[in-house]
Amino acid sequence: MPDQNGASNGARELTYAEALREGLRQIMAQDERVFLIGEDVGVYGGAFGVSAGLRDEFGGERVIDTPISEAGIAGACIGSALTGMRPVGEIQFMDFITISMEQLVLQAAKIRFMFGGKATVPMVLRTPAGSGTGAAAQHSESLENWFVHVPGLKVVMPSSPYDAKGLLLSAIQDDNPVIFVEHKLLYRTKGNVPEEMYTIPLSQANVVRKGEHLTVVATSIMVRRALEAADILAQEGIEIEIIDPRTLMPLDEKPIIESVKKTGKAMVVHEAVKTGGYGGEIVSRIVESEAFGYLEAPVRRLAGLDIPIPYNRTLEVNTVPQVQSIVDEARKLVNGQY
Amino acid sequence: MQPVAVDELQKRGISTEYALELLTKMMQIRAFEEKAEELFALGRVHGTMHLSIGQEASAVGLSSALDSRDYLLNTHRGHGHCLAWYGSSPDLMMAEFMGKEAGYCRGRGGSMHIANVDTNNLGANGIVGGGLPISVGVGLTIKLRKTDQVAVAVFGDGGANTGAFHESVNMASIWKLPVIYFCENNQYAMSMAFQRAFNIEHISDRAVGYGIKGITVDGNDLLQVHDAAVEAVARARAGEGPTLIESVTYRWKGHSKSDKQAYRTRDEVKEWQEKDPIRRFSAFLGMSDAERDDMQAKARQRIEEAVTFSENSPEPDVAHIMEGVYA
Repeated sequence: MPDQNGASNGARELTYAEALREGLRQIMAQDERVFLIGEDVGVYGGAFGVSAGLRDEFGGERVIDTPISEAGIAGACIGSALTGMRPVGEIQFMDFITISMEQLVLQAAKIRFMFGGKATVPMVLRTPAGSGTGAAAQHSESLENWFVHVPGLKVVMPSSPYDAKGLLLSAIQDDNPVIFVEHKLLYRTKGNVPEEMYTIPLSQANVVRKGEHLTVVATSIMVRRALEAADILAQEGIEIEIIDPRTLMPLDEKPIIESVKKTGKAMVVHEAVKTGGYGGEIVSRIVESEAFGYLEAPVRRLAGLDIPIPYNRTLEVNTVPQVQSIVDEARKLVNGQY
Repeated sequence: MQPVAVDELQKRGISTEYALELLTKMMQIRAFEEKAEELFALGRVHGTMHLSIGQEASAVGLSSALDSRDYLLNTHRGHGHCLAWYGSSPDLMMAEFMGKEAGYCRGRGGSMHIANVDTNNLGANGIVGGGLPISVGVGLTIKLRKTDQVAVAVFGDGGANTGAFHESVNMASIWKLPVIYFCENNQYAMSMAFQRAFNIEHISDRAVGYGIKGITVDGNDLLQVHDAAVEAVARARAGEGPTLIESVTYRWKGHSKSDKQAYRTRDEVKEWQEKDPIRRFSAFLGMSDAERDDMQAKARQRIEEAVTFSENSPEPDVAHIMEGVYA
């Protein structure tokens, strides 16, 4: 198996977007129940190019361009999943998922439970989140935690090309509705991706880097930034352990708790706004567990500021955690400056 | 039976036997809902419910044009459609209404969420217009599998004013999906009167805006509903896309259990009760009052059996409370 964290070792490299596309292509060729649906996913190839070429390969019936109808896209996924298909919907920007909320929260998430466990809704809704593109407040949000808060939905956030493909294939084969949150700045990042179809189980956290001084739980692009921060910190003799939950709901908490028991210190890093964010959940899991007794310092949340994403480049960069802020916060925690 | 009735039924390929079956279904729906109201008044069930008394011809007329291969997406006021649906059981319906483990949804759904996926009854819906986007997906499944099935999405005048209606009907139209949009215009979206919520005469007029066929029928006339549905089904099975049917009817009871009905007069309700779909169809069939009452009594008896069945069914076990959230 290649390096799970996408480090280059001479094996085949793909970008995150290419990895997603390869996964889609392979499963569509194998399973005729799978189809794609969303705004501009066909002729245009997807706003970020993830589905480029797939319409030519599989035809307009299986790569379906829709009108601007986000509730309709979500409903189309739900109804087809409920009747035996495996739809993969795309919401062009995660911000627009607000228009789909009723269908996702009140229908997709609850149908199985309301119907006494006698129905399944095996759908995936892919959507790009995150800032860094200068698209300002209505095209840059990270809303994953809204969905974490809704029992019945699964929430997945891949941080590398390898994970993107493996998690997407698992999500499509899962019998539950999965909100699959991609990051715009990750689409062009490269990493090792095996050509064969492989899956990464949902609800399996990944220890991305081993370390003994501080546990850093990071999601999506923050995993990548934490890895860069780790290299800098290592030069100072600080070894951080980075854990990527990969699936936010249902969470695999054990590796996090075990890590904190080892390091005695913990920090969560995510892009979404801090208040009501996923970091609060991770911190709660830590302090509710036996790891509490091992803590040697306050648990930190490094997250987006509690503001909409601003347009100006400098303001935008300073809204969400960057490599330097991770380095600074980690150093402070490890050195007892809190 | 009156000769004119024989003629009308024959024209449609409806046997006398089947006509009586349809009448029985309407009566069972009426009996079920009267019983539901009674059980609620007696404090034997909790929660809320939305009764469709007065709208029975709409539900039975629609289902009479469909068969076991087809799909149903139902509304919160959906007891009638659920009971009218192919293969439905008053016992399992009542058990669900009473929150029992034997119910269609193991007591987890209740009145507003009754489904029986095994018979393609994809569920009632607590959200007005909530089933409409889902119907697009069901239509896509049928289209991708190239079967001759039809999906019917039932909603009310309230649902016709949601954004979901616009997105869904448009998508079904551009892709020519085999979906029937069946709007039961029962005159009120809770307290909001049709005349206050629409600036058009017929909801079916909206079909033009989507490039599909629209038709308005007297929803208290079983055969009119049946005819419109048969035509829409034929169009859908032939790959000619969706139809918008407006079935004009009236709910005799309040919106839900707490409705004081300040928005309408007793006279108006009375006027519509004169158009009772059950009396109309039994009179059309040439039944005497005594014959009709006898049949209605049998329907009530059947519902009593359902209540007995439900009362003897176990309550859900709290030990299984977490089941069904994830597959």
